[in-house]
Amino acid sequence: MSDPNNISQTPKHTAMNSVKFGAKSNILLWRLLSFLIVFLMWELAGRADISIAFPPFSKVAVAFVSMIFSGEFTTAYADSLPPLLIGLCITIIGGVIIGISIGLVRGAEWFIMPLLIIFQTAPVSALIPMLTYIYGISDTAKVVAIVILGMPLVALNSYKGIQATSPSLLEMSKSFRASWFDTILFVILPSAQKMIFAGLRLGVSGAFIGIVLAELLITPTGIGDLITYNRFIARYDKMFATIISILAVAGLTLGVMRMLEDSLFPSEKNE
Amino acid sequence: MHDIILKTEDVGVIYDGSIVALENVSLNVPTGRLTAILGPSGCGKTTLLKVIAGLIEPSTGTVKIRDKETIGPGPDRALVFQDFALLPWATVLQNVAFGLRAQGVSKREREKTSLHYIKEVGLSGFEDKYPHQLSGGMRQRTGLARALTVNSEILLMDEPFSAVDEQMRRKLQEDLLKLLKIENKTVIFVTHSIEEAVYLADQVVILSGRPGSISEIVYPEINRLGEIDLIRRQPRYIELVDEIWSSLKSYVE
Repeated sequence: MSDPNNISQTPKHTAMNSVKFGAKSNILLWRLLSFLIVFLMWELAGRADISIAFPPFSKVAVAFVSMIFSGEFTTAYADSLPPLLIGLCITIIGGVIIGISIGLVRGAEWFIMPLLIIFQTAPVSALIPMLTYIYGISDTAKVVAIVILGMPLVALNSYKGIQATSPSLLEMSKSFRASWFDTILFVILPSAQKMIFAGLRLGVSGAFIGIVLAELLITPTGIGDLITYNRFIARYDKMFATIISILAVAGLTLGVMRMLEDSLFPSEKNE
Repeated sequence: MHDIILKTEDVGVIYDGSIVALENVSLNVPTGRLTAILGPSGCGKTTLLKVIAGLIEPSTGTVKIRDKETIGPGPDRALVFQDFALLPWATVLQNVAFGLRAQGVSKREREKTSLHYIKEVGLSGFEDKYPHQLSGGMRQRTGLARALTVNSEILLMDEPFSAVDEQMRRKLQEDLLKLLKIENKTVIFVTHSIEEAVYLADQVVILSGRPGSISEIVYPEINRLGEIDLIRRQPRYIELVDEIWSSLKSYVE
């Protein structure tokens, strides 16, 4: 048996790849350009003397570099990173496990879902000052803040990914008498992988919001303290430099996750 | 007369307690033959096939294989899906090997068997392609190869060629007939195409519309020994297509 349709398939695909490749190098250029435009507008707005609390970009950049060498960032991040890492680990591992289990176990859905949806939609940051009463001024309070802000996002997306598994593929798996375990491993998880990773990215952003909020509202240490302190002594250039540093760390973390996902699961397999 | 390999006895399916999808379907499927289940859309033909496949539990009646009642999917039946049901993240080889993997066959063994059937359905050279790189016809060949690897006696096909274009459908039908000459299988396939049913089947089961029940069984007895192209020109073929159409017409209107 032969298939006359075969021949046209392969070249078409390589052509598509080359278009994508060309677009990829363009994207990098556009991204750099968008940063440049924002920095330029910031510089102009800063020089327009709107407010003393809004220094131009160049001043902030100078402050940024000086803070790297003075060790201010090092001390602050030494306080902030350990609870952030612990919180991220709990958010990621706990969120994925909770999301997958409510996706797979019928009863769990009714039990945990309402709680997750409340945590996702309610202004959770309002709860953060309350954590001080429970955990005091401690790293535990920071970790709990991170988990509260990050985990519902990871869990909900993982759950949605599991739920979105094509019924036809599940039926196929059943018809070949695949075990429950094999169906999860070879059908459900690969199918949910994109949604799970999207949830992880949202969860990690949530975790960064959590740590900054916790340090601003509960425990005046680390990055949050650096922001508050510099605002207090009216060193707005340093305050903005600190904010930029946390944005950069968050951005880098998300970028690394993206790369990790791309190398673990090349997108070609998922189309 | 051929042995009866599979039979359904008084099978009925009721959805949600009130919607009757199938009623009193009693059907004998002879060994090594092609049985087509034909009917207008919504008549429950796919439901019947899924009951036979063990994917839907009948509300009444039983499915028996060699006079033994069966419940759920079994090693004696393999299913080919209308929408192909291929794993989009897996290669042709991995998709074809899925059934064997589910049975716990070793990697070496399942790849050897899969490669054999990939060759048999005409997909050699495409082992490492992903479904999105294949045409509709090639996807269904992959689905067919996957069903063949598990070496079931009965092949169940749910409108296998309805999602491919007309030219490809004819080619796939011819290839299926050729393949069945090598592989000794009993085939039950669902179709809404009268031509397809008459062309391929030894026994055409016509279902009437809601609730689905057997209205008539036709035995085409078309001589398939000669050239495949000549089958469609036989007077018997043309007569049968007309006859079935006139009996189906009443359900469509």
